Amino acid sequence: MKRRKITVGVTGLNNIDSPGPGIPVIRALKESREFDVRIIGLSYETLEPGIYMQELVDKVYQLPLPTAGTTVLKERLQYIHEAEKPDVIIPNFDAELHNFIKISQWMQEELNMATFLPSRDAFEERQKAELNKFGEKYGVRVPASHMISQVQGLKKLEEEIDYPMVIKGRYYDAYIVSSLEQASSYFYKIVAKWGYPVIVQEFVNGTDVNVTALGNGKGTCIGAVPMRKLYITDKGKAWSGISLEDDKLMEISRNIIEKSQWRGGCELEFIKTRKEEYYLIEMNPRFPAWVYLANGCGQNHAEALVKMALGEEVKPFTQYRSGKMFIRYSYDMIVDISEFEKISTAGEK
Amino acid sequence: MNIRKNIAISESGFIFNPLTGDSFSVNETGLFVLRKLKAEENEETILKAFQEEFELDRNTAEIDLNDFLSMLKSYQLTAYEEA
Repeated sequence: MKRRKITVGVTGLNNIDSPGPGIPVIRALKESREFDVRIIGLSYETLEPGIYMQELVDKVYQLPLPTAGTTVLKERLQYIHEAEKPDVIIPNFDAELHNFIKISQWMQEELNMATFLPSRDAFEERQKAELNKFGEKYGVRVPASHMISQVQGLKKLEEEIDYPMVIKGRYYDAYIVSSLEQASSYFYKIVAKWGYPVIVQEFVNGTDVNVTALGNGKGTCIGAVPMRKLYITDKGKAWSGISLEDDKLMEISRNIIEKSQWRGGCELEFIKTRKEEYYLIEMNPRFPAWVYLANGCGQNHAEALVKMALGEEVKPFTQYRSGKMFIRYSYDMIVDISEFEKISTAGEK
Repeated sequence: MNIRKNIAISESGFIFNPLTGDSFSVNETGLFVLRKLKAEENEETILKAFQEEFELDRNTAEIDLNDFLSMLKSYQLTAYEEA
């Protein structure tokens, strides 16, 4: 079959120890049977490894940081559009999604750049700080969560939540703490990195099981693959994992995607207790960094997302292979200083 | 006792539980018992076969078999109603 030529812009090229999903998404797209994909890497920092992976990324442009707002982002996308005419953009960072959701219609109408993102309401209701309401609305167990903006709030919460408890940042980072001293120390650490509020969550004892999923925004779950982390780094990231066959977990996950009419990729993070109860601890609004495992299990979620972004109908995947493992590794690339110079000075390479 | 239906057992005695993602290695004796369980044989039949295959007296065979079965249960390899 002749593959259609398309150009896709992808963020999340930080293939580091706390990796972004960009490179796994690109690898899945490069393996597409339907598309012959030219990849435009979109970076925020000059040392994101994906910038230098020439076999995967054809051209790279730096983007303004999300805090710069949508006006600057629009200008940059306009510039990229004139040079590359990307058909689809896949943003992969939680922190940038707000801006992309806001301008997605403009991108489509003015630049003919398609995205496939959740609605603003769907994006907002699964925020960590809203987890209690989210659980109630969609009938899924969630650990008790509280938002605090002052360290004194921890003391008050001691009456409601027993130790250990989990202290979480708004976008990333989570620490299990066993005392008020520990909790206070991580409170400040998280505030320094991610700002307010800080989320304090009940600790649920069990096994971490995660699901990478894709919804079509019309109440259908297009694909879902569950995984258990086998090796976890000191940053809590999966360095290896294995696909599972868990009907109950799949039913819960599909139910969330369908009822919330989720549009786009996402990651559902659960704790499975010894009693086989599933607690949703987070719903991340983009593909996880391990999304390439879905491809290895027979579901190319990145390809399906691109098709839906282009307005094509995609039938839900009906099966996947369990017992497939992913094992990450680190790899040193040798790069000439001139490559670094290009991205540092011109913002593109 | 029934083991979970989707448990994968390889020729070499490598066990994979796709529900939990756990994997185990069992020796020849364990593999013998697991195959019998997978074939849905009852415990009494397994005990007799186990005794004969490994030339054990009934008491030793019973202790070893029970020990192994409780281990399977603790690793969630048995069907949920049995767990």
